[in-house]
Amino acid sequence: MATTYRICPRSGLQFDTAAEKLMRWNAVAGVLALLLGGIMALGVILTRWPAVHLLPADQFYLALTSHGVNMLLFWIIFFEMAVLYFASSTLLHCRLATPKIAWAGFWLMAIGAVMTNVAIFQGESSVMFTSYVPMQAKPHFYLGLILFAVGALIGCFVFLGTLVVAKAEKTYEGSIPLVTFGALTAAIIAIFTIASGAVILIPTLLWSLGYIREIDTIMYRIVWWAMGHSSQQINVSAHVAVWYAVAAIVFGAKPMSEKVSRSAFFLYILFLQLASAHHLLSDPGVGSEWKVVNTSYFMYFAVLASMIHGMTVPGAIEQAQRAKGYNKGLFEWLRKAPWGNPAFSSMFLSLVGFGFLGGISGVMMGTEQLNLLIHNTIYVPGHFHATVVIGTTLAFMGLTYFLVPVLFRREVLFPGFAKLQPYLFGLSMYAVALVMMGAGTLGVSRRHWDMAFAGAGMAYEWPGAAYLMMGLTGIAGVVAIIGGGGWILQIVFSLLFGKRLDEGETRSTPIPLTLPPQTGAHAAHVGTPGTMVLALVFLVSFILYYFVNWKYLSSLWGMA
Amino acid sequence: MSAISPPAERIWWKQPIDKLEFIWIAIAFVWSLVMFVMMVYWHIAGGQNLSNETYKTTKEMFAAKTQAVVDKYTVRTGTDAEKQFPVVKPPAGSDIYLIGRLWDWWPIYELEKGKTYKLHLSAMDYMHGFSLQPQNINIQVHPNYEHVVKITPNQSGTYSIVCNEYCGIGHHTMVGRIYVK
Repeated sequence: MATTYRICPRSGLQFDTAAEKLMRWNAVAGVLALLLGGIMALGVILTRWPAVHLLPADQFYLALTSHGVNMLLFWIIFFEMAVLYFASSTLLHCRLATPKIAWAGFWLMAIGAVMTNVAIFQGESSVMFTSYVPMQAKPHFYLGLILFAVGALIGCFVFLGTLVVAKAEKTYEGSIPLVTFGALTAAIIAIFTIASGAVILIPTLLWSLGYIREIDTIMYRIVWWAMGHSSQQINVSAHVAVWYAVAAIVFGAKPMSEKVSRSAFFLYILFLQLASAHHLLSDPGVGSEWKVVNTSYFMYFAVLASMIHGMTVPGAIEQAQRAKGYNKGLFEWLRKAPWGNPAFSSMFLSLVGFGFLGGISGVMMGTEQLNLLIHNTIYVPGHFHATVVIGTTLAFMGLTYFLVPVLFRREVLFPGFAKLQPYLFGLSMYAVALVMMGAGTLGVSRRHWDMAFAGAGMAYEWPGAAYLMMGLTGIAGVVAIIGGGGWILQIVFSLLFGKRLDEGETRSTPIPLTLPPQTGAHAAHVGTPGTMVLALVFLVSFILYYFVNWKYLSSLWGMA
Repeated sequence: MSAISPPAERIWWKQPIDKLEFIWIAIAFVWSLVMFVMMVYWHIAGGQNLSNETYKTTKEMFAAKTQAVVDKYTVRTGTDAEKQFPVVKPPAGSDIYLIGRLWDWWPIYELEKGKTYKLHLSAMDYMHGFSLQPQNINIQVHPNYEHVVKITPNQSGTYSIVCNEYCGIGHHTMVGRIYVK
């Protein structure tokens, strides 16, 4: 089990050679899924743009299924495996537990991802990412997902094993770093998620093979969403951990309070899994008490956690910047931030967009009664493009700018484009999310091939504003695809043709992490007034938007 | 020492919390409670709550109940633009049944403004999405479950029911109608 350790000369980070290779392969597999999902996105967006209406209906639904599966599962979970290995073996200066088993997990994931995509492109499994019964896909659609999930589960256990190794071999002192704690949160939620996926997908596979006669539709939705929504909670935990990591890497930022940030992650573990209820608020068969308790993550404790992270991440940056002397006024620390560093700008756009667009819309639509307004409208994808694309994907893209030289030992090519890319992709995705939510507020359906209802006996005429919003979705979506595609090209070219950077020293034993001697003297306390102002702006927007929607609801037909 | 290193203070859980940070947590906590209470409050005082009344049913049983209402209260046969579906005008307060199937909402109802009806929803094949436009009321419709929703139209006009749960290649043609007079 001998491995070697490389000390990166640029970051000072220490990589277990076996773990490093796994991180690279997982990240690359993720980017390949992102590429395929991105090409599908182009087909989807150009069809939903009413003036273009590119694909015929069958190809549109096929592209949409592939887009959802590749983006929401394959891209993100492959990348998260890399994040887990980084947050354990690299940050704790230890060897990765059982690299061979980790490889087995990787190949299961890869085979599963390919198998499901093959099923989709064969054309008889256009059942959407959610594959709601009783609409049936081919058996290998479900089997691929199951294999992928088992592989990811193995990755989670290798991560946990690595934490045990680090503890046993005493490679660090004190507690695990906050970022590792966040990754641990993600891994725990992932285990719950994957178990839920198995509970529903295995019977569904047997049903598609003819061994089970019927799957109950309400049960399917409850259990499937315990995977489908919770897997997005893995993302939340992972990208919040990445926010803390980028703040630490770029600014040397130290958490405002370890206690608060860790408690907030702990709230995620306790409550985030309740969110499968978000998808059943407009369903029959489940009672209001169940809906209210679950949809609110038991009194919004997980929302509370996100609001805490939303303040402590920029707060940590503000403290670090003020300590460096950027003390003028409320916002000098922010104005003088490295806006040309794509790792930082991606992270900051991710934070703001996730909070303002994704967070506020998510709580609104997750309110039991308000959900009636937007259930299954294009508001829903508007919301999750703000959480998953702006929140997770953009944060991961930003981290990758840091990883290319450090992990892949290549110089990033086209640094001028790299400066712009987070704005191009991030801001156009802000626009996509906003106009989709606008169209959804007007009622436009999600997963719908033709808003003009060609061939329908009693076609409904959407208001002109809805057409305008969908046209803007098309335009902003194309810009976002250019920004995302540009990122893929840039990263792939950098990995293939970027200048090779020197490897740094390789050792046979790891250097343990030691704490500095406790002096008892605390650094002077630095306040965070600028962050507080930003947080209050957020709160006011949140409250206004929330109550505007209650007002809208109260104008509808009476329902009881 | 930063977020990617172990905390410098070994006993980090005894470090005091920053004052502004604490204030923010308190505000966020209160706001969380307000939002929680809002949902409960609306059940008591609000006029738009989705009913929990649901029954197990079968496709045959639900189709038969729908047919009975159609037989009893049909006032005319629809025009070609109404797919020649029966237009049904049930008395106020009665139970009305709406079938979602590939790719129709059947039949067409004519309701009175300000009167309450018990709308029974079920699907015959896949799941469908009841999306009432331009009201924008959206309800998931399951096969084998009968969902009973009390509705009170508050404005007259022609309403469309768009299907907003993906149900196959003809999904976009699945539009139904309700008239309110």
